[in-house]
Amino acid sequence: MIEGIPLHYFLVLSTLMFFIGVYGFIVRKNLITILMSIELILNSVNINFVAFNKFLYPDQLQGMFFTIFVVAIAAAEASVAIAIIINIYRRIGNINVEEIAELKH
Amino acid sequence: MNIEQFLLMRHELLLVITALILIVAEIFVADKTKIIPLGVGLFFVNLVIGFLPAQTGTLFGGMFHNTDMTIMMKNVLNIGTFIVILQSAAWLKKPENHDKLAEFIALLISTLVGMQFMISSGDFLMFYIGLETATIPVAALAAFERIRNRSAEAGVKLILSSALSSGVLLYGLSMIYGTTGSIYFDAVALAFTGTQLQTLAFIYFLAGMAFKISLVPFHLWAADVYEGAPINVTSYLSVVSKGAAVFILTILLFTVFSKIVAMWQNVLYTLAVLTMTVGNLFALRQKNIKRFLAFSSIAQAGFILLGMMGANELGSATVVYFVLIYIFSNLSAFGVATLISNNSGKENIDEYNGFYSTNPGLSLIMLLALFSLAGIPPVAGFFAKFFLFTAAASAGYYWLVFIAVINATISLFYYLLVVKAMFINKNDNPIAPITIDIYSKVGLILAAVGLVVTGLWSDVFEVIRGLSFGIN
Repeated sequence: MIEGIPLHYFLVLSTLMFFIGVYGFIVRKNLITILMSIELILNSVNINFVAFNKFLYPDQLQGMFFTIFVVAIAAAEASVAIAIIINIYRRIGNINVEEIAELKH
Repeated sequence: MNIEQFLLMRHELLLVITALILIVAEIFVADKTKIIPLGVGLFFVNLVIGFLPAQTGTLFGGMFHNTDMTIMMKNVLNIGTFIVILQSAAWLKKPENHDKLAEFIALLISTLVGMQFMISSGDFLMFYIGLETATIPVAALAAFERIRNRSAEAGVKLILSSALSSGVLLYGLSMIYGTTGSIYFDAVALAFTGTQLQTLAFIYFLAGMAFKISLVPFHLWAADVYEGAPINVTSYLSVVSKGAAVFILTILLFTVFSKIVAMWQNVLYTLAVLTMTVGNLFALRQKNIKRFLAFSSIAQAGFILLGMMGANELGSATVVYFVLIYIFSNLSAFGVATLISNNSGKENIDEYNGFYSTNPGLSLIMLLALFSLAGIPPVAGFFAKFFLFTAAASAGYYWLVFIAVINATISLFYYLLVVKAMFINKNDNPIAPITIDIYSKVGLILAAVGLVVTGLWSDVFEVIRGLSFGIN
């Protein structure tokens, strides 16, 4: 039950998720895995919003609403990103970031 | 709520209608090129209606609010987008682009709708939705040329880095919500006093915004995306997208974060020095005109920060004025580069050698644009930079102004390199004379006339100055 768990447990979880996401974004070489790392980041934000709303401001719903919109927009973002990634796969035959390095300075 | 209140969203509603008409028209029109005059005409109507006097007020319980200043900002963005659409007409008319012609204009307009909602937002939810609506279609536009590897690479780089930056920004927003208990700007502004957690939240937020404006050290995506994307999308990204992000950042810094003004001034100080210097030094060694203009636009973003740091009415007025002039100057430069790229496929600065001998008119427009970007007196860019420096000096940042002046001098060097290539360097085989189609001609003339008029006609600045806002 959520009642027994204090707020800072949620915050530690979301912070961990956020930085695991950032780490994965930097380290991973596969475009799909990078996209998954971004989903981790966005979901850590969702946990933050819901936990703050539930524990600190239970009389209103702003955090919950924000979460719903973040989920919806993350879906839109992922669909465009995957469309582009599929196109890259068709062109180059690979979705490894190290192979997609035509533009460099 | 009655129907008249919805007219507060006039700019956005008209744009949505325009985009829908274009998508539907594509189904019924057999000759796809006829969509171009339709799109240009509809957008021109939009632009004109935007300038008619408008009401101000709030909608949806404060989520959306319109002030005279936001209307002015929207009109500035409309002008920029109109010129971009005109300049992309020649590229869209190529046979390989016919099947996606309407989508290009519709996507361009839908990003603009996102930007306008973002500028008018009254809470962080609307702000975030607007920001994403402005970002996601641009990634699709950057990956528009499906058959080119570079375009696809630019698209994926743009969508992934912008998604990461939105994530970082959202993490900051969640902490702002946790510490203040609201997502409405006016409530947050009251509760945002600069505790340690709030400072951390603000840093996350600013890092996310700095990605969008491509400030150093968050600029690494910019040059690659600018080079790989189709050149018209590059000009849109570097001008309109950046301008919108600058506008909303100015509004938020001046209203929501007004209590920690001393803190964000220090952060912006560092960012401004880094952005100007690094942007300039990288621009020095670029050979490709798109990469060159990308780094020049990074350096220009550093100058814009000077106006924000003024944190007074002069500051906000100069930011809007600078963006307006920057739209005209950058779009003139990009307009010429677009014509050259479309006609001859040449994008290297070396290949511009002897351009004046074959295309004197175009090289004069390019000259004017580069002088304006560098800030040489008779052209508008000089006044824009001068006012920015005045705003920073009015807040007492003399050293920063000094650094900015040195950077403006360095930037003059590399802008003049392009001028030298066009006017002085000899070339046995210069670019052949370019025939300019009517749309590009109108676009270039608009940009070039704007370049001269906004500088010399002081009413433009006075009008913007009259709408400006500072920190109370």
